Amino acid sequence: MADVTFTVDGKQLTAPKGTLLIEACRQAGIEIPAFCYYPGLSLQGACRMCVVRVEKMPKLQTACTTPVAEGMVVTTESPEIGQARKATIELLLGNHPLDCPVCDAGGECELQDMTFKYGAHQSQFVEIKNHREEQQWSPVVYFDRPRCILCYRCVRVCGEGMDVWALGIQNRGSGAVIAPNKQDHLECEECGMCIDICPVGALTSGTYRYKTRPWEMSHVSTVCTHCADGCKTTLGVRRSDDGMEIVRGDNRDKSGFNNDFLCIKGRYAFDFANREERVTQPMLRQPNGEFKPATWEEALDFAAGKLREIRDSRGGKSIGVIGSTRITNEEAYLLQKFARSILGTNNIDHHRTADYPAFLAALKAKGQKEASIRDFADAKAILVLGNDPTEQHPLLAWQIRNNVRNNQARLHAANHQDIKLRRQATSFLPIQQENYGALVAFLAGNEKALKGNAEAAGFRDALRKEESIVIAFGSEYRGKDIEALIAFGAGFKNVKFACLGDYANSRGASDMGLLPDLLPGYVPVTSAGSFAQEYGAALPAEPGLDMIQMFDAAGRGDLAALYVASSDPVKLYGVDPAALKNTFVIVQDMFLTETAKLADVILPAANLYEKAGTATNTYGDLQLVKKAADKAGVRADFDLIVRLAGHMGHDIKTLVPFGKGLLADFGQSRGTQSGEADRHAVWLTAHQLELKASPFDPFAIFDEIQRLVPAYEVPRLNLMAGNDEHLKSDLVQIQTGAARRDLVLPSNDTLFTSGTLGEYSQMLHSVMESRKQKPGRNSRGLMIRKA
Amino acid sequence: MPAEKTTIFSPELAARFDRLVTLYPVKRSALVPMLLYAQDEIGYISDAVIAEVAERIGITELDVRNVVSYYSLMRTKPVGKYHVQVCTNIACMLRGGNELLHHCSKRLGIGHKQTTPDGLFSLEEVECIGSCSWAPAVQVNYDYHENLTLETMDKVLDEYRAKASK
Amino acid sequence: MAYLTTHPDVVPVISFRFGKGAADIDRYLELDGYKDVQKCFQMEPDAIINEVKASGLRGRGGAGFPTGLKWSFVPKESAKPKYILVNGDESEPGTCKDRLIFEHDPHSVIEGVLIAGLAVGARMGFIYLRGEYRFLIEIMEKAVADAYQRGFLGKGIFGTKHDFEIVVQTGAGAYEVGEESALMESLEGKRGVPRIRPPFPAVAGLYGGPTVINNAETLATVPHIFRIGAKEYAALGTERNGGTRLYCLSGHLEKPGVYELPMGYNLRKMIYEVGGGIPNGKKLKAVVPGGSSTPVLLPEEIDIGMDFDQVAKAGSMLGSGGVVVLDETVCMVEFALRTIKFYQHESCGWCIPCREGTDWLKKSLTRLHMGGAVDKDIDQIKYLAENMLGRTFCPLGDAAAMPTVGFVQKFRKEFEDHLNGKGCPYHPAPDYELATV
Ligand SMILES: Cc1cc2nc3c(=O)[nH]c(=O)nc-3n(C[C@H](O)[C@H](O)[C@H](O)COP(=O)(O)O)c2cc1C
Ligand code: SF4
Ligand code: SF4
Ligand code: SF4
Ligand code: SF4
Ligand code: FES
Ligand code: FES
Repeated sequence: MADVTFTVDGKQLTAPKGTLLIEACRQAGIEIPAFCYYPGLSLQGACRMCVVRVEKMPKLQTACTTPVAEGMVVTTESPEIGQARKATIELLLGNHPLDCPVCDAGGECELQDMTFKYGAHQSQFVEIKNHREEQQWSPVVYFDRPRCILCYRCVRVCGEGMDVWALGIQNRGSGAVIAPNKQDHLECEECGMCIDICPVGALTSGTYRYKTRPWEMSHVSTVCTHCADGCKTTLGVRRSDDGMEIVRGDNRDKSGFNNDFLCIKGRYAFDFANREERVTQPMLRQPNGEFKPATWEEALDFAAGKLREIRDSRGGKSIGVIGSTRITNEEAYLLQKFARSILGTNNIDHHRTADYPAFLAALKAKGQKEASIRDFADAKAILVLGNDPTEQHPLLAWQIRNNVRNNQARLHAANHQDIKLRRQATSFLPIQQENYGALVAFLAGNEKALKGNAEAAGFRDALRKEESIVIAFGSEYRGKDIEALIAFGAGFKNVKFACLGDYANSRGASDMGLLPDLLPGYVPVTSAGSFAQEYGAALPAEPGLDMIQMFDAAGRGDLAALYVASSDPVKLYGVDPAALKNTFVIVQDMFLTETAKLADVILPAANLYEKAGTATNTYGDLQLVKKAADKAGVRADFDLIVRLAGHMGHDIKTLVPFGKGLLADFGQSRGTQSGEADRHAVWLTAHQLELKASPFDPFAIFDEIQRLVPAYEVPRLNLMAGNDEHLKSDLVQIQTGAARRDLVLPSNDTLFTSGTLGEYSQMLHSVMESRKQKPGRNSRGLMIRKA
Repeated sequence: MPAEKTTIFSPELAARFDRLVTLYPVKRSALVPMLLYAQDEIGYISDAVIAEVAERIGITELDVRNVVSYYSLMRTKPVGKYHVQVCTNIACMLRGGNELLHHCSKRLGIGHKQTTPDGLFSLEEVECIGSCSWAPAVQVNYDYHENLTLETMDKVLDEYRAKASK
Repeated sequence: MAYLTTHPDVVPVISFRFGKGAADIDRYLELDGYKDVQKCFQMEPDAIINEVKASGLRGRGGAGFPTGLKWSFVPKESAKPKYILVNGDESEPGTCKDRLIFEHDPHSVIEGVLIAGLAVGARMGFIYLRGEYRFLIEIMEKAVADAYQRGFLGKGIFGTKHDFEIVVQTGAGAYEVGEESALMESLEGKRGVPRIRPPFPAVAGLYGGPTVINNAETLATVPHIFRIGAKEYAALGTERNGGTRLYCLSGHLEKPGVYELPMGYNLRKMIYEVGGGIPNGKKLKAVVPGGSSTPVLLPEEIDIGMDFDQVAKAGSMLGSGGVVVLDETVCMVEFALRTIKFYQHESCGWCIPCREGTDWLKKSLTRLHMGGAVDKDIDQIKYLAENMLGRTFCPLGDAAAMPTVGFVQKFRKEFEDHLNGKGCPYHPAPDYELATV
């Protein structure tokens, strides 16, 4: 819209016509106080804090409901306005408990701040305050009515933002009160959005309430460790007996693509990290079959010694390595480098939750683009095929809902289930579970493909009206189906694609080459290119065993050693424990998982909140992971790999490029390249980066990733500043058209499950427990609100 | 909800509701009348009423409760067979509304928003009922009684008591 | 059945058919009913609006907004359907006039709606009555059913190509729902919380469509304007205040009642002649001229004509036409308290100044009336009320604050007489403790 010019406090401002005065002012650095106004939510005009004087208007006007107009003259601070705001606060405080020192929000309460600013410090009222007992509405949500100032933010964020509509307003006048949907309790998605949006201490969380004072925490901004959407989260940590304990997760600073959004997992399911059952000491299996704690030296010596011995005696082919979907990119990279360049094996895999190789190959073949999660926030049209984003990709669902609500984006979806996002859909096509492939064929023009589905034609017509679209598809699509889908999508004038996988760094695991046939950046092991030089002679040229083949080999007695980093394949794939009877198993993990129970050596590992590095979400958005928490006795997977290599007697400089003189040594042994300069050092210099001084510095590996994986060569400054960078997926060096065995095993997580981590989250358990006690929900525990 | 489905309402009221939801551009417009008519039949807005009305209109029970709790004519607990509503607002107050309320309270032995043990009468002090020029006024259920004195009030109560025993 | 009270000065325009059995459709037709709407079929919409403008008719719901002007705000073209809404929520204490129209002349409301519909191009109307008026809802529903049956409503009304639907809607006990946007919320099945304006109802009202909302009396007056002529109607009243209106006289009067009198009728005369003066030889203490929301007038302030402009000049408002008369025995603190208790009870609770302000005013006034206050409490009450004025989301906050400021300003002495444990010297609260079971 056209710009208009207006004056605020004597300053000339311009803003697009229709902009709300409060927003226009904020953008110009003029802060207007507000309780009920919240960007992105519907307007209320209820708190009257934002009153300003607009020339020619008889009364003070609310800046949150007034659009700017040409020639408007506004005053935002004056004795009259100050008095109005002061009176409003006085009225609020009349019934508000003045026990801020013991309020959960004390120190970060907007009412406190406003009182401080407008000075309504004298209590004008002598009457007794209306008191109510605090209520627990769910394992997550607590409500303290007297503190509520009725700004309705919670009601709106739950309804408009979450589309859950679990909070209401009941009674009227001074009896008005926020109420939960089940009279005395809540049945909802337990996201905690309502809690974090509450400007005061009325809504508090079961996790954080009364645990600490805000100023006693350190705040570390990192990435959520649960689903593959990669929300940015700020963890509040505090010193504990054995390290730094996480007491809070939120994104109140609204940084990152998720703005203030987090789902229950991001906000509350960090508690797995504080579990008593964490493994905090290395353990060795005794001849009698029991585990006994050992020192790090003992454990590493033993494990490394066995690995070396097996490698040297039976060859790298007899060793398998299984990586994780929740470790950093650097760790995944390092793990495969360790496997390939030190153990000499391509037997490496991870739990695949989406067919990224097929996806990236298809994109490359058709010259198509990958969508960032940000694209879903402003795309004009979105197509979601398969998947249930509300359950499996809560952030994606949030982006889509907001885009539909605030920008009138059109959502088209096809699914074999009645997914909740259907409510936002312009068109929705129910299909049979086995017809996802046929659907694409139909959309692409094969009339016979979806015979018998009467609605299919209408759905296709609706799609054909779109020029620009972003397409997201779930793990229903693999291999050839993905190829066909991308080929169909290429018919849109503007199109981007997203492949939906399941865990925090599933994408990174794949990108970093935790695959038997592909090196980092999807370079085939069969033509390893520069990796051949970088990794040296040990790198085998044939593809290794995949996950299933490894266990088969173990069953046959052909797998002498298995090294598992932060994964539980035994449970995931239902592996018969007997299969591993003759395999030497090293497991590094947080818990005594099913796999760990079969191990010979267990090394206590840290989780994503306890380490630094980078992670890639399923949309190819790269973000910085920062170390927030700490637990005595555990080590990051990164450290463990480096140490194992060291204890194997390997020169770890060749594994982690740190310190001076790294690759030149390599060069001398390779004839023609003899005397060549240190490529890594050259690259670093060209990028104005320093050599890393420590072998445990993940950014030493990040440097190498950026150097060797072109898709990851994104601007660093922005990344290091805590922002996300979209990968250059078009630079992926994958071969197109290759057929690959389908090993995708979707996690089928719901909002309240999260693989192994979820099982150790007390909060997720209590939520599911409270649902069991109050049955009547559908299996996923979600309420479906009728239109 | 199709008519053959189970309903807690009488066939007449159920039929009326079936029609009511068709009168408006949006179904939800029928909410307030439906709740009030349901209350007239059931006596109060019970959980079952809320559930069925929510179902009929296609909104959540929470939506219904938000609305029920807003309107002062709607109640979620039973009242007496004869619900005596005494106006004490300004015009009535000037002409003895408070005394009338007090009198009813004494006569019936109950206070504001209470019900006699026999369930016959309940009492409520209410805001202006639109009889200011004929004050003081009382509404018993939906019936108006105006220009009352303590004596005529007694007569009114007696009549209802007699009506109940018939 | 309540009737209009008679007096020689009464000018029966709206009440022309009262007491004549006009709720019966045949009787209504005999009394020239549904003729005016048929006249309007022959007129261009703008001509209808101009007639209403010329009549000087101003809204009878309280604010006195010129009706013709309001109608002219409705856009000619609209993607969404337009609606006519009759505000029959009548809940302002002191007001009991619309009910007479519904009871005695329900078809005039229908006819008014039809004319408004023709003027702005609407095809659907709603008649919203407060829930307490169940007996009137029944009368109104019958009238609407009869009109449908005669072909005055429904498809092709009066044999023309026009369609028109009317639905009678019940409220359920909420003064705030009388506020126009809250009424639309209620009619959409929601809590009666007002809406943000702009957009104004004329542009986006009920179901988002352009909507004319008028008080029942306003709309019922419209056919009569066409019956007697706009100029003639205007001439009955004063400048910019055309015609007559129903005044509800209540309180300490010999002959309280609803009277139809010309706009601008002298207030003193209204009290002492029409209303028969104060009973028992008592002296006048104060008058609330236009329903409980309007600031009180002193005996020396009542030599004014009762039209919107003159009452405003006297520092109050003509409001809804509810004239409440107080004799010398009334305790003004008690009266102020009862007034504020009402607003406290009826505040929808949406915005802070009204929700919290009415609650604290009620608490403070209760304490003051019982003698538990000191001098600074009176200022505190005034401070509270003044800080609500003009700051609330809808006019209910003002409606609570304005009279309060008036009471304190004009009767400060009475407030002071209660202070420091003295309690009420005027009308000490008798033992109002209600019984408990
Ligand atoms: C709190 C409040 C209550 C109101 N109650 C009524 C009412 O009961 N009846 C009515 O006609 N107007 C009422 N009004 C005025 C309406 O908002 C609206 O102005 C009126 O219906 C317009 O009709 P008119 O132009 O014909 O007066 C009320 C306004 C407020 C602020
Ligand atoms: S936790 Fe989330 S879903 Fe539950 S009430 Fe709060 S906002 Fe709504
Ligand atoms: S609970 Fe918090 S967010 Fe919700 S209305 Fe109250 S103060 Fe606002
Ligand atoms: S949506 Fe995914 S990334 Fe975001 S908070 Fe939830 S689990 Fe974490
Ligand atoms: S002034 Fe505010 S609280 Fe009062 S009725 Fe209006 S919107 Fe509701
Ligand atoms: S922020 Fe404008 S009224 Fe609350
Ligand atoms: S004040 Fe009692 S009916 Fe109006």
